[in-house]
Amino acid sequence: MKATDKKQVVLEILAEYRYTPPKVERGYANQTLYVNVSDNTIAAKPVDEKMKHTFVGGRGFGLWLLWNAVRGTTKWNDPDNEVILSSGPIGGTTVYPGSGKSIAVSLSPLTGTVMDSNVGGHFGPLLKFSGWDAIEVQGKADREVIVFVDGNKGVVQIIAAPELADDSYALPEQLLDLFAETDEERIGISSVSTGPGAQHTLMGCLNVSFYDPRRKFVRLKQAGRGGIGTVFRHKKIKALVVKYIGVKGDSNGPASWAELTEVGKRMHREIYEQDPIMNDMRGNGTPYLVSIMNEFDLLPVHNFRYGSHPEASNLYHTEFRKHYSLGIPDGCWYGCTLACSKCVERFQLRTGPYKGQWVHVDGPEYETIAGVGSNCGIFDPYAVLEINFYCDTYGIDTISFGTAMAFCMECYETGILNKERTNGLELRFGNAEAMLEALHQMGRGEGFGTVVGQGVRRMKQFFAEKYGADPAFLQDIGMECKGLEYSEYVSKESVAQQGGYGLANKGPQHDEAWLIFMDAVTKQIPTFEDKAEALHYFPMFRTWFSLNGLCKLPWNDVEPADNKRKYPPRIAARVPEHVHNYIELFTAVTGREDIKEPEDLVLMSERVYNFQRIFNLKMGFGTREHDAIPYRSMGPVTIEEYESRAERYDQQLREIGFDPEAKSTKEKLAALRRHREQRYESLIDAVYKRRGWNSQGIPTLETVKRLGIDYPDVVALLKEHLQ
Amino acid sequence: MKVLVFNPQLCDGCRICEETCSQTWFKETNAEKSAIRISPLEDQPGRYQATVCNQCGECIDICPTLALTRDRHGIVRVNKKRCTGCLSCVGFCPILAMYIPPDYVVPFKCVACGECVKACPTGALAIEDLPKAPLTETEKRMKVVAL
Repeated sequence: MKATDKKQVVLEILAEYRYTPPKVERGYANQTLYVNVSDNTIAAKPVDEKMKHTFVGGRGFGLWLLWNAVRGTTKWNDPDNEVILSSGPIGGTTVYPGSGKSIAVSLSPLTGTVMDSNVGGHFGPLLKFSGWDAIEVQGKADREVIVFVDGNKGVVQIIAAPELADDSYALPEQLLDLFAETDEERIGISSVSTGPGAQHTLMGCLNVSFYDPRRKFVRLKQAGRGGIGTVFRHKKIKALVVKYIGVKGDSNGPASWAELTEVGKRMHREIYEQDPIMNDMRGNGTPYLVSIMNEFDLLPVHNFRYGSHPEASNLYHTEFRKHYSLGIPDGCWYGCTLACSKCVERFQLRTGPYKGQWVHVDGPEYETIAGVGSNCGIFDPYAVLEINFYCDTYGIDTISFGTAMAFCMECYETGILNKERTNGLELRFGNAEAMLEALHQMGRGEGFGTVVGQGVRRMKQFFAEKYGADPAFLQDIGMECKGLEYSEYVSKESVAQQGGYGLANKGPQHDEAWLIFMDAVTKQIPTFEDKAEALHYFPMFRTWFSLNGLCKLPWNDVEPADNKRKYPPRIAARVPEHVHNYIELFTAVTGREDIKEPEDLVLMSERVYNFQRIFNLKMGFGTREHDAIPYRSMGPVTIEEYESRAERYDQQLREIGFDPEAKSTKEKLAALRRHREQRYESLIDAVYKRRGWNSQGIPTLETVKRLGIDYPDVVALLKEHLQ
Repeated sequence: MKVLVFNPQLCDGCRICEETCSQTWFKETNAEKSAIRISPLEDQPGRYQATVCNQCGECIDICPTLALTRDRHGIVRVNKKRCTGCLSCVGFCPILAMYIPPDYVVPFKCVACGECVKACPTGALAIEDLPKAPLTETEKRMKVVAL
């Protein structure tokens, strides 16, 4: 639809709610927006001091709202399930880099339990400035609807979606045409949408938009994990749209603008000076990680079998950088000078519905390159860009897609799958054409692509039942835990990272803990107690970002010049001066004076983290058995894998008193496996203890009491399980 | 393009320029609200340096909202309506000549108005017409888009 056609579109308003937008004070609008698309209810819910104190915002608010909306028996596709987006008190701050995140929360189709996924773009901040700390959408519409929030006029509407594009490439542009009254207003609009792939799979993502005034088109960031896009589509939500014109430095109502500017200026200057000589995120974005991971044998290759590949250099940042348009602000929210949100402005597609067209591609991020690239044996940057484009356009999570495809490819190469079973797709490692076809099938809702779209956990069951494949082998190589596909790091040589993945509340995503270097390379956490401490501190500290609407990257993807000289390695890894910045930032925004030390941040997170663990318990998960991980993430599953790094593994066997001489690879493989599995269990014991959980991984009554989350229903649930 | 230039040979550190600037633009005498800042040279007693915008235009490329543009005299100006107060330009100014006063949400800089030149008792300041700075990435792009 062109802007000129707009006048011809008559919108059918199904429900309307008028309100006086409150002024945001100290990071909060102090109310959340409830929308039910079944009966077209729109209502405001107050946010009180206890809710702010306990759950802070962002993921915390999402969990609390969802907890009160669903029962233990609620399924992802029940109308009672919700999609919630919330930024957090710091979210929307413009002076500190990385302060524009939104966190999506819902019951996941992949895991069956609660999911959180963070995303950039302008939605959360503009929603807050429109007067809402969160939006909570419940119900299931009987036809496609748009929820529109106009934060300047103080109107929320549920609108019957007019004829608009079905995919997330064209749709967000059309939404701007529809809701911007002038070209200048485009910058003040952000949408949440997804595409047809979200409908035909369980791994749908949400695309959150922001308008790029130089490139003059809409950019997208993804809340990728856990299939929240699938829930969105199931509810027949075409889009959530927020419009707020007039963002200013003090729109977030900071308690102290002077303190805020001090910490913001300091951080911008540090990035100006340090980023070019450190990771050059401003020039490369997250793809700078590919070469590092490949060099340290951590880049997933061929379904996590290996950690490096001779052709991986084809996927290094240097190969993507030449396609980026640089010298333009690339933050996904104002003031993010780390600017990792790169864009390939002109790319001609070879396949699919946009075949032959020149399009722009956001990203690719490291996870996408590793997931749909090296892990699937694809070392062609153009194939990665094309897959990236169609995953976003169809609304599919690149991580789950990459990991699920890699699983299928290994199944194909080991004979579990064949051309007949895949309806003609030759899913060998490296076959980008077949992979793209599977992706297009997801978009169309047909063929083997829709089987892949069910995710690894369901495919394991399906291949065992239907094709008689060995369930134990499928369990070993199927890289999922709790039903969520692994994100893209090889954790074999770091037991702490195995725990980082296996214990992550939502499933194996690295945003809880990334401990590989600290554990396996620099060996800073040798004992189980050390590792447990790291698996307490880092997941809690990282949770804090998602409570506040912050991005993690400016924490440790750039460091003060003297960080490593000033502190011993274990402390330097925490980047103490940046932790201090966050305390200053939080205090300057909220005016709270009780947050003074790093431990205070950890305590804020601990409440929410434990609450999420208990939420898993409510949904029928959240115990030790659900923290079990596939052996592929712990060590070599196959003889071929063992022999590819035989020297390393032989040496490790010697260290545990097992003489590898004159032993067959099979025997060595078994011995190594016994050791590594036992080590993982010991790690779990140590972490549960450190976190104040019992041996089954359930928070004790003392723990919830200490954290102040001993609500009657929480205590009742725990009592039931602790008996 | 018009640029305020400073002659260290003639400056005696009286700071009348700072007072004049803050009076002109903020109606108060406050060095923190001056777009020119005079500081002593530590290794040369009795000599001073000035930090003031040289209109290089690098900040134009850092601004996410196109709030920084060059006027027809080549002077980089802040559009207060477009500015979201992110202070990227403050942190990324190569010579730290973009400022944010503690009670103000939009940064400010020297626009070569010349008031300080008139006030300087020693003739250490002048507005000069210098050759144009090269086009920034933004200027190149917006020109292309405009065509």
